[in-house]
Amino acid sequence: MQQPIIDIHELTRRFGNACVVNAISMTLQPGEVFALLGRNGAGKTTVVKMLATLLEPTSGRASVGGFDIVREAAQVRRIIGYVPQALSADGDLTGYENLNIFAKLYDIPRVERAARIRDALAFMNLSEVSGNLVKTYSGGMIRRLEIAQSTLHRPRVLFLDEPTVGLDPVARASVWEQLGKLKDQFGSAILLTTHYLEEAEHLCDRVAIMNRGRITAIGTPAQLGAMISPTASLEEAFAYYTQDHPQAGGTVDDASRNHLAFQQID
Amino acid sequence: MTENPGILHSVAAFFAKTAAITDMEVRKLLHDPTELLTRAVQPALWLLIFGQVMSHAHVIDTAGYPYLDFLTPGILAQSVLFIAIFNGISIIWERDLGIVHKFLASPAPRSCLVLGKALGGGARSLIQVVVVLVLAALSGVKMRLDALPLAGLVLCVLLSAGLFSSFSLIVACLVKTRERFMGVGQLLTMPLFFASNAIYPTSMMPRSLQIVAHFNPLTYQVDALRVLLLPGYSLTPHLGLRIDFMVLTLTFAGMVAISARLYPTIVR
Repeated sequence: MQQPIIDIHELTRRFGNACVVNAISMTLQPGEVFALLGRNGAGKTTVVKMLATLLEPTSGRASVGGFDIVREAAQVRRIIGYVPQALSADGDLTGYENLNIFAKLYDIPRVERAARIRDALAFMNLSEVSGNLVKTYSGGMIRRLEIAQSTLHRPRVLFLDEPTVGLDPVARASVWEQLGKLKDQFGSAILLTTHYLEEAEHLCDRVAIMNRGRITAIGTPAQLGAMISPTASLEEAFAYYTQDHPQAGGTVDDASRNHLAFQQID
Repeated sequence: MTENPGILHSVAAFFAKTAAITDMEVRKLLHDPTELLTRAVQPALWLLIFGQVMSHAHVIDTAGYPYLDFLTPGILAQSVLFIAIFNGISIIWERDLGIVHKFLASPAPRSCLVLGKALGGGARSLIQVVVVLVLAALSGVKMRLDALPLAGLVLCVLLSAGLFSSFSLIVACLVKTRERFMGVGQLLTMPLFFASNAIYPTSMMPRSLQIVAHFNPLTYQVDALRVLLLPGYSLTPHLGLRIDFMVLTLTFAGMVAISARLYPTIVR
């Protein structure tokens, strides 16, 4: 069995009295594409922020690429790429300049920089607009630029926080296409958060559903549906595992028990 | 001996990343230079209206210099202060856009990120230097324009702008919102300006204000700029370039250290 690229154990984050992430545990394998699904406020972004070393956990532990996210945060940052939820490319710089600054921050050698940026722009179909200020780009183009920015240094793990939120269907499809190519070409593990079920079904090998800071179900999109009933879709599984009925919430084991209980009630 | 290449490489990488952030700030300014024009209005008003009027009043001891000559380094320092002290608002914007998150998730040391930002503020201020010096020259102010004092002036402006920019980043990290930041920024600029030797010597101040002025980095900046800009000013009573640069450098280093510590908290 391969060493997991992400290993999370009882990871918890509190803000004051609110427990936003509650003792979650899971692993990701190298090259795996994994989605954290959940409603707004489920704790998905907080999990990603902790793994990207932006937030310290209140308790529990996690490692990325074998490095502890608290004690070895600097090493973690070298092997990850991160795309936050907001469209975060700098509108006052050109596409090329946006990539160049990150090429420098990630220590890409000067001799390789121009070629690496050129390839990344071509890969994301942005070569023709690379000299334009980013404030003239569409939402889909900005998102593709950000993905190029976060993968310039060929990270072993890429974190994407709601990569297609706010994008129109055409832009969303283009981002999916590029992510698919990225997965095939570089083999980076991708952990993304989303509340678009079709995105998870389309892109991901496995999915975890989060509700109120806990992981309530985990598996392939097909397995999650099958947990509810043989004919259930991921959408039905999502609705079930994010309900606030007494059985929902808790650990993955709880979720499996709830599933049985739910079947018995039915 | 074996560790030296590693240390040298780390130092070089540190400065390369700092320069990358500064370069980014300068590029943004070059893409939209309208800010430079609007920023030039305030020093012009101080020099051309306040300076001209006060020149006729003859109520301020200017160590024998025409008041406009005495005022010019003060207005230069004021321009630097006013630009740098609002530099911090950009990190609140960048936090809201997610740019800070990406910087913090990169392997760049936090001190590089804040130092680069601070020096970006310095680069903005340098353009203001040109504006003020041209206006002063057109108003008949006699200035030293040889290479060494000009190099000293550039260094002084970079240090001071970096210092106040870092201070501004600290404020931004503490207040976290644009509205609060603007309020605090307004609250800080005028007391810093008036409790300094920018428009009158500290000897004219009441004793309590003199003490405040001696803890104000702007006082040391103005003192250094007068020595570097006014012919013969070094022969009059002043704090001394060595002390000025020492205070500015140490305060800048302290501010960068504090802001690097606080910078990650802006995303929490």
